[in-house]
Amino acid sequence: MFQSVQNDALTCWVLRAGAVISALVMLLILAFLLIESWPVLDQITPARFFTDTSWHPIEGTYNLTPMLSGTLLASMGALLLAIPLGITSALFIVFYAPTHLALPYKRMIELLAGIPSVVFGFWGLTTLVPLINQLHPPGASLLAAILVLTLMILPTITLTTYSALKAVPSEFLHNAAALGLSRWGMIHGIAFPAARSGIVAGVILAAGRAIGETMAVLMVAGNVVQHPEGLFDPIRTLAANIALEMAYAMGDHRAVLFVSGLLLMLLVMVLSAMASKIGKNQYA
Amino acid sequence: MLMITTHKRLLLFSLTCLAIGFGWFASADANAASQRLVLTGSSTVAPLVGEIVRKYESMHPGVRIDVQTGGSSRGINDTRNGIADIGMVSRALKPNEKDLHAYTIALDGVSVILHASNPVSVLSKQQIADIYTGKITNWKSVGGADARITVVNKAEGRSTLELFLQYFQLKNSQIKPHIIIGDNPQGIKTITGNPHAVGYVSIGAAEYEAKRGAPIRLLALDGVDASVAHVHSGAFPLSRPLNLITSHVPQGLAQHFITFARSQQTHELVEAQYFVPISAE
Amino acid sequence: MLEVTTINKWPHYRDRFVQLVIYLLVFLVSAVFAWILFDLARGGLTHLSWEFLIESPRDAGRAGGIGSVLVSTLLILLVALTAALPLAWTTAALLAEYVPTTSQFGVTVRFSLQVLAGVPSIVFGLFGNAFFSVYLGLGFSILSGGLTLACMLLPILVSTAEAGLRAVPQSYRLSAAALGMSRTATLFHLLLPVAAPTLAAGLLLGIGRAIAETAALLFTSGYVDRMPGSLLDSGRALALHIFDLSMNVPGGDTPAYASALVLVVLLLCINMLAMKLAYGLQRRKIMTT
Repeated sequence: MFQSVQNDALTCWVLRAGAVISALVMLLILAFLLIESWPVLDQITPARFFTDTSWHPIEGTYNLTPMLSGTLLASMGALLLAIPLGITSALFIVFYAPTHLALPYKRMIELLAGIPSVVFGFWGLTTLVPLINQLHPPGASLLAAILVLTLMILPTITLTTYSALKAVPSEFLHNAAALGLSRWGMIHGIAFPAARSGIVAGVILAAGRAIGETMAVLMVAGNVVQHPEGLFDPIRTLAANIALEMAYAMGDHRAVLFVSGLLLMLLVMVLSAMASKIGKNQYA
Repeated sequence: MLMITTHKRLLLFSLTCLAIGFGWFASADANAASQRLVLTGSSTVAPLVGEIVRKYESMHPGVRIDVQTGGSSRGINDTRNGIADIGMVSRALKPNEKDLHAYTIALDGVSVILHASNPVSVLSKQQIADIYTGKITNWKSVGGADARITVVNKAEGRSTLELFLQYFQLKNSQIKPHIIIGDNPQGIKTITGNPHAVGYVSIGAAEYEAKRGAPIRLLALDGVDASVAHVHSGAFPLSRPLNLITSHVPQGLAQHFITFARSQQTHELVEAQYFVPISAE
Repeated sequence: MLEVTTINKWPHYRDRFVQLVIYLLVFLVSAVFAWILFDLARGGLTHLSWEFLIESPRDAGRAGGIGSVLVSTLLILLVALTAALPLAWTTAALLAEYVPTTSQFGVTVRFSLQVLAGVPSIVFGLFGNAFFSVYLGLGFSILSGGLTLACMLLPILVSTAEAGLRAVPQSYRLSAAALGMSRTATLFHLLLPVAAPTLAAGLLLGIGRAIAETAALLFTSGYVDRMPGSLLDSGRALALHIFDLSMNVPGGDTPAYASALVLVVLLLCINMLAMKLAYGLQRRKIMTT
């Protein structure tokens, strides 16, 4: 009996050590991003990332705003398309689908979530970009990025909305039905308000994913550093910029890329903190 | 209870497998370490070096040489901080890079390329500069079809870009590109997929792909055809050396490999990649 | 009576309209999914063969197969799991069994993992390059790639394992305690075996994530496409192979399609298996309660 108590203490300490290491990984990442970007943070005022004339790191100008606008426009465009599609998909599974279709459709969405970003990028490059090119050259554009991102975040929104709708107590819905509300009236008046926080949390998670997505966007967006004037203009996102230039960046340039990585991480941190605050259920 | 023990056994078994696997690879490391070289850098030089490596390895079993691309700047960067033993650089070293040692293995040029179906056959130096700075935006203005020009530019840190800018006396900030590409083959691939695009790549890479059926055409520059022969004779204006670089005077395997790469034995390989072999001194 | 029906007609039409819109959009999503799969199958099936799976790529991947690429992918995965699994499962056991949900320690660990889950993969790539490749001097190697992936997999492995442990009914723990089993024994002989299906499901999800990853490996494991001789060699993962073929190799589309097809089929199988395990668990949970 005494030995088993000792054993228990040992197990507890081993587990504790594992957990501490797991928690430290995040700090380690943050620390290394800071260390690597310090040379620039130390010398260059952050304002220069917004006021420099352009992004030409070899000529020593580091304006990040074109990449920021590219990232935000692509993500917002994708959200604009994916939110209605995702929510209707979830509504279909929960309320509208005949039983023999609901599960297969949900499975399909889950499988869609598992398709790697590089495959989406490849498909976009070989199928979407030539199509858009016929419409308006050069094809590799903001539009292509938005469409590919939409496909990638659609499953996130669908599945989180699905769990949020499933979590609405069934008495609510029965009562609504008993009151003679139409199906849409029930969804609009009861299910949506009750599931709102879960849905919003899902949308925020999806936004984080869209902002951080690299490969698919890198492959279809054209990667020109500019503020796009229309849907058919090529763009470069922050994440794609890192992937594109990291290979040969040196000195300050490399440090600026780490700064943009830090920026991305903080952005996503804020978003995920928001999501968890809104949609308390973290396993949703 | 029986089920529980099988679970545990399974877990134990898989853990042992992992441990054994690790041990095996760790011991393999010890043997391999002294006979390894890592080369990174220019995508122009990489295919040639890849072929040279293949020949070298077949002559010296047990040696392992890894080649990775990323651009000349990466070659310089990786060599300086020790990630790579040898860097590949597709230009002469700059004054601020004199801490490095360069060994030329071949000569190459940079050529403007179009899709094979593009009717435009000649572009003057001024026209090319105007296209790249956005003053000319339609092929109609230079005698082609009525279609928007898609300008393909190289990413920063690529020496092909630096040479191109230098020759046309442009700054990268003046260029109005539609697509930014990295490696040479990516440029060629972008042009083959877009009949209205214009780009510039290594002559060696372009001829290599054109001979294998890629629908591209190399444009003459200043009236001189972009060809290996003209790079060889020195008549082609946009030529450059392809270098291997090291941070110290090379020794051992690195020295042996560089000597091999510059020897007569590789001339056939150099020509097969449409570069110009250098005569060993 | 007549009036009542006319009033109620409007919601009826609206319902019909909404239903139509939803069916249309769902059809659209399904059609796009089918389009992607069809494209991959059409482009890749003819190129797919046994030789393609076992041969090493030649001529920058235009000829030959993906044998060495598959081996590299497997090695990267193996390194990632060897590093991540012990950490993740000990963390999960601690969070689920040993510390109260509201304790400062538990909240901190959980928060840091949650943040980690949201970090974009390219940022992991940056970190992996700076820490494993340069700082620890591992260079471009399967080892640095695998360890970078391990950091990335931690959150998903922890959260699935924790959920699995929490799903074990409380009565099990009470019975074990009543029988005088130590907590360690309870954990190893009772809780972990019972939660095994979820642990396996989480493991499969992690594997799926790992072999789909590209951005984190770009600057850590490099892209040498030869058969790796040791863990310190650079090795090209399958996803990276697709990227390189489609971006950098003129005439590389057909092998890229075939490789993408292999990757997608692999992932579909893994994810379906994971779902099956997870659903099986849910069913059992319903039966026991």
